[in-house]
Amino acid sequence: MAVVCVRAPLRALAGGRGEHDLEGVTVVELLRAFEAANPDAAGWILDERGRIRRHINVFVNGERGAEGTSVGSGDRVDVIPAITGG
Amino acid sequence: MSYLQSREAEVTELVVGTKKGLFLLEGEPSGGGSGTFAIAHRSFAGQPVDYALRDPRSGRLFAAVTSPFYGPKLFFTDGDPGVESSWQQADGVALPEGGDQALERIWVIAPGEADATLYMGADPGVLFESHDGGASWEINAGLWNQPSRRDWHPGGGGLCLHSITTWPGNPERLAVAISAAGIWLTEDGGRTWRRGNRGLTPRYLPEADIDPDTSALCVHHVERSRSRPERMFMQFHGGVYRSDDAGESWEQIGAGLPSDFGFPLKVDPADPESAYVIPLVADMDRVMPEGRVRVYETRDGGASWSPRGEGLPATHAYLTVLRQAFTSRGEGEALELYFGATSGDVFASGDAGASWCTAATRLPPVFSVSAT
Repeated sequence: MAVVCVRAPLRALAGGRGEHDLEGVTVVELLRAFEAANPDAAGWILDERGRIRRHINVFVNGERGAEGTSVGSGDRVDVIPAITGG
Repeated sequence: MSYLQSREAEVTELVVGTKKGLFLLEGEPSGGGSGTFAIAHRSFAGQPVDYALRDPRSGRLFAAVTSPFYGPKLFFTDGDPGVESSWQQADGVALPEGGDQALERIWVIAPGEADATLYMGADPGVLFESHDGGASWEINAGLWNQPSRRDWHPGGGGLCLHSITTWPGNPERLAVAISAAGIWLTEDGGRTWRRGNRGLTPRYLPEADIDPDTSALCVHHVERSRSRPERMFMQFHGGVYRSDDAGESWEQIGAGLPSDFGFPLKVDPADPESAYVIPLVADMDRVMPEGRVRVYETRDGGASWSPRGEGLPATHAYLTVLRQAFTSRGEGEALELYFGATSGDVFASGDAGASWCTAATRLPPVFSVSAT
């Protein structure tokens, strides 16, 4: 089991909790598990193709990750909006 | 003032989508000056609100928000729009999972003819429909499964389905426009669709290559006359057109305009001869001709055009008006017209364009304007 960490506004869509213990061996499995457990957040991190949205960064234990990045028990997966805008 | 209070007070509510949030303005247009409009609310601070409107049948307020981080979402409220918790996210606003495309942006929402029915157009060339007042949506399968879809070309703004015109009193007939996949018509409530592009002349293609069934046709905006539904007006990517056969074929009516390039247009619901466009110089210079802000009006179905600019900036005003940023309320001599520019200005007319006032200045770039 790994922990998925989210910030506002995702936290508000996930019962107000910033940390979620979830099962999964890759980043995309964990994010799908997060959306399944928090249906109000469905579609906010992953798009319909199952890809991480372009301006969201995911870090596994502090290292930049992608959909297929392996995740082990006890790992920390941070979901953080990228620096973007105008 | 609540929506119902504004209705009782008989003031106009402008719902303005901008690059940095949703603004609700309330007031009345008047000749010259600023009229009486004031900002009543700002919601979705900092987020792009691509399109917003209030359904006049239910009073429900919609805001299409494309977060740069979290993707396009549709929100609605039946309560106080200034209270964040009153907004709910609509269900079903997504493409089928597991495909090779993602929803990019919501471009337009249109009340249908049947009770509680609404339509929504989005990129990539997708039509959604709702039959519960906009709380939940599903993709129109007939258009989504068009065999030619794989050959549709996006315009500069994406493969946007931006215009939805219903047929007054007949929910089975509908026309939609997609940039750059042209006009699509249905007469069976959206189960089957066919093209309606005869007569369109894209100057950006070699003449020998133009085929109304396969060419990339960059329609910018389409409106239907409510008093003569077979009559439609179109702003094309270079060309203003009219159809008198419900969108099957089109003839050019842009002669007499300073430019036939532009994005939005409006039709007087009471008069099928009256339409309004806002010309821009050209596709390579998308600002008002001569730096003068003017709406052009026809009262004879496009045979002639007249500028309407009294009260609008007349010097060094290089404004751009986007396709969803021009709207109307009422009809006939009391037709109210409103448009917003990417400069953040919003202008208003209460006398069918004869005179104008400034409803707002220094808003973020205006993406859409609707009025109830």
